[in-house]
Amino acid sequence: MRYEKPQTVADAARLLTAEKGITRVLGGGTDVLVQLKAGMVEPDLIVDIKALPGIRAIVAEAGGFRIGAAVSNAQLGEDAAVRALWPGVVEAAGLIGSTQVQGRATMAGNLCNASPAGDAVPALVAAGAVARVAGPGVARDVPVEAIPAGPGKTTLKRGEFITSIFLPARPAKSGDAYLRFIPRTEMDIAVASAAVSLTLNDQGVITAARVALGAVAPTVRLVDDAATAIIGTKLHDDAQAALAAACSAACAPIDDKRGTIEFRTEVAGVLAKRAARIAYTRAGGQA
Amino acid sequence: MAFDSHEKRQFKQVGTRPPRPDGVDKVTGRAQYGADVTAPGMLTARILRSPHAHARIVSIDTSEAEAMAGVKGVVTGRDFALPEDAGLADIAVNVMARDKALYDGHAVAAVAAVSPAIAKAALKAIKVQYEVLPHVTDVDAAMQPGAPVVLEGRALESVPAGMSVNVTHASEFGHGDLAAGFAKADRIVERSFKTAATHQGYIEPHACLASVTVDGKADLWCCTQGQFMVRTVCAALMGMEASQLRVTASEIGGGFGGKTTVFIEPVALVLARKTGRPVKITMTRDEVFRATGPTVSTSIDVKIGMTKDGRITAGEARLRYSGGAFPCGTVDMGAMAAFAAYDLEAVRTQGWNVLTNRPKEAAYRAPGAPQAIYAVESVVDELCQILKLDPLDVRIRNAAKKGTKSSYGPVFDDIGLLATLEAAKAHPHYKAPLKPGQARGVSCGFWFNFGGNTCVSLNVNTDGTVGVTEGNPDIGGSRASISLMAAEELGIPYDKVRTIVADTASLGYNDVTDGSRVTFSVGLATIAAARDAKVKMCARAAKIWGIDDEAVEWKDGAAWPAGPNAGQFPPMSLAEIAAVSFQTGGPIAGHHEVNADGAGVSFGVHLCDLEVDPETGKTTILRYSVFQDAGKAVHPDYVEGQMQGGAVQGIGWALNEEYIYGRDGRLQNPGFLDYRVPVASDLPMIEAVILEIPNPGHPYGVRGVGETPIVPPLAAISNGVSRAVGVRMQELPLSPPRVLKAIKAA
Repeated sequence: MRYEKPQTVADAARLLTAEKGITRVLGGGTDVLVQLKAGMVEPDLIVDIKALPGIRAIVAEAGGFRIGAAVSNAQLGEDAAVRALWPGVVEAAGLIGSTQVQGRATMAGNLCNASPAGDAVPALVAAGAVARVAGPGVARDVPVEAIPAGPGKTTLKRGEFITSIFLPARPAKSGDAYLRFIPRTEMDIAVASAAVSLTLNDQGVITAARVALGAVAPTVRLVDDAATAIIGTKLHDDAQAALAAACSAACAPIDDKRGTIEFRTEVAGVLAKRAARIAYTRAGGQA
Repeated sequence: MAFDSHEKRQFKQVGTRPPRPDGVDKVTGRAQYGADVTAPGMLTARILRSPHAHARIVSIDTSEAEAMAGVKGVVTGRDFALPEDAGLADIAVNVMARDKALYDGHAVAAVAAVSPAIAKAALKAIKVQYEVLPHVTDVDAAMQPGAPVVLEGRALESVPAGMSVNVTHASEFGHGDLAAGFAKADRIVERSFKTAATHQGYIEPHACLASVTVDGKADLWCCTQGQFMVRTVCAALMGMEASQLRVTASEIGGGFGGKTTVFIEPVALVLARKTGRPVKITMTRDEVFRATGPTVSTSIDVKIGMTKDGRITAGEARLRYSGGAFPCGTVDMGAMAAFAAYDLEAVRTQGWNVLTNRPKEAAYRAPGAPQAIYAVESVVDELCQILKLDPLDVRIRNAAKKGTKSSYGPVFDDIGLLATLEAAKAHPHYKAPLKPGQARGVSCGFWFNFGGNTCVSLNVNTDGTVGVTEGNPDIGGSRASISLMAAEELGIPYDKVRTIVADTASLGYNDVTDGSRVTFSVGLATIAAARDAKVKMCARAAKIWGIDDEAVEWKDGAAWPAGPNAGQFPPMSLAEIAAVSFQTGGPIAGHHEVNADGAGVSFGVHLCDLEVDPETGKTTILRYSVFQDAGKAVHPDYVEGQMQGGAVQGIGWALNEEYIYGRDGRLQNPGFLDYRVPVASDLPMIEAVILEIPNPGHPYGVRGVGETPIVPPLAAISNGVSRAVGVRMQELPLSPPRVLKAIKAA
């Protein structure tokens, strides 16, 4: 197993492209090292991206923020400006692992690990975040929901990796929130999760919304029907019920050691309802 | 040794809370745990484990692994002797499979190599040909006719003919006329329950280092609850004499009963003998879950009759326990403990142990009792609900007390159950109002406690300090409590006493650290050893003063002339006598050896306030109080710690912990991510209320406290959840999917 720590994006892409065997990109390493220890993978090449220029920076851009791929969730959580604009995203990233893990773990890593239960991903999807993908060719921008292809698999091609995630600007009277269900209070993997991002008009009517669900399908789901269920409403009880029903209808989960199909389907709707209420209040609405 | 009832003792040191003697080493990282020991030339060994729940081992080809550079030795089941004793033979087969792999994770071969990486690579080079057999992991399924047979011919004579081959044990306890008892009842409730296997979850994985010389002497350093047990078992498996095997126990990062047997120690010894090099084995967490001992999994039926005013007229329980792939007597404990809290005219319990393709059960705090008492306390609670009776009043009404013929036979002496129930009833917790959606669960708990073989040496040093040598690893504060009892008895300050845990060559035999026995039994032996030393010190003073030995008495840490006729001499302190000991007959030491009885049974009562999220089935524990009789709390911090720790482990058992097996019979959750022990933020502060009803069997009245507190949480929480959701819950754990399903079905 080779370990490389390139200084430029081009060198990183070249190394990853040239390697014929199994490669892994190392950011915080909170997934890669666990996989190594468990014997799940024996990579031929590990490329540490932490020395790449700007990879650990949070930069204001076009009213939003560009989050470097190696920005730790702890660093993200301390950024008051990002937290003010996208509190749901920052909270979601802050739920991952322990305090120690937070000092290493990154949102880009969470996205590329491609677990359907990754906590940062539904919130990023609801936020309409965009990943910047570097590789052998020209860098391209990809909506985050298009990155995971299935459990442990991404749509990234050989030699490609994420260099940053862009959180866009948003109108006034907007809010977002993420909730996950775990049997404990921390240090756990989501059994089901939901993220809601929405914008209100001056009357408190929802004018735009995005709803994403985690751990209820092979990839995080962006549920248009759920957004439709609350757009044009003030999130009254019937709108909440319609939201929950649309979310449950969009679930295609599995039975496993963490939860049953029945449980995940039910609870995804409950979480969406509760997350929507938080997002609505954050947007300035009177729930 | 009887309670010192002749004197109204005012304790000076026992009952105080000095700093723990192991604290500095542990917080500075200096403490030596099992994996911290190394030796020059040491090899690292790894163990190959069965991926199948049940499979015949057709062949094992180790030639490729043995040929690898850096591999120094490979062993399989053929390298282990099979002792004649059935219990030891089961341990040998569990340590390394012979003809069959009996559960997912069962060891089939081991490699010792010059590095961990080579050992790991060599495991992949071992070719095992398996013939996969049908498996069974559920206790009820294993009792059915036609179930896969785990082992044949293991049923004891007590098992009636016609039962499944997998049934190995049967037992029955009780007294009185059940039919007449049930006839007197106004209400009878009969329910069936299941509990999942849980793991002790000690933070330190098993680790050991073995060294065997060419002339057959061996040293073993390991993390264990009993170095003498390790010596006995390993010497038998190695065909060695006990004197040739010295076992040293490391500091221990949790045991809870799970380290009262061996798993890797014989493997390290056999490899060390084969390679001529020291061999170290450290288990991974995955190995700990798959191959060490969880609790029994159980299926239990309970039937209880009660009058309208809350008198229990009869109680009956049928308990089916599985201790995994080997015979296991834990069901006897459950059958004995089930109704122990009650004074009953008619009671009967029957128990059966059933083989399944699961790892061999190991003890876990009050083994067998939490499950049985969970089932009984659930039915008592349901009767209280139906009859609209206060659950503590009903327990007070029926409580076992001094003179009660217990459900398992013996007549109780002084026990603290009534006082504990009354303390719970009088506590502000029981009167605190509950908000809508909240509920309060109540349960009693019981454990037998144990004394056992114990040996202590107490050395009086010439500078006036004292060293106590004991033979049980300190898993719950025993060095502090033993030092306190030695200091109390000798009348010297606590910081003048240091207690150490000796290896097997340095002290006589001590039973394994189990049965909450150490503070009771080693404490008792320490007090006796101190009294032995005091007699000797009085004799030295008598010699100096030129008077009879009997004319000297020990009080307040010094030898005094006993009464006016003995003569006028200034008292001699321990330090003064010790300083001149070389001139008065040589070193001074006290000893005591005993097979202690009189441990005294232990009862506890727990109160739990909780709420259940009606939309997700998630339970939140809001308030939790533990009431328990400690006899005498020697070091109250540690006693409270035992009560809190037991409650927390019980909360984990009740809510989320479980061994989850897939349809392939493989363990699905061998790690702390998906084997969910509670984290700190899941819990409220656990309030511990210590009662002190002296144990008649100990000079200071001490009772063991370590096991009882894990017993009541299962029912306390299940009763609370059942009341909160309006459905009687009958299976543990009360995981959110299970509770939500019950809410939806209601």
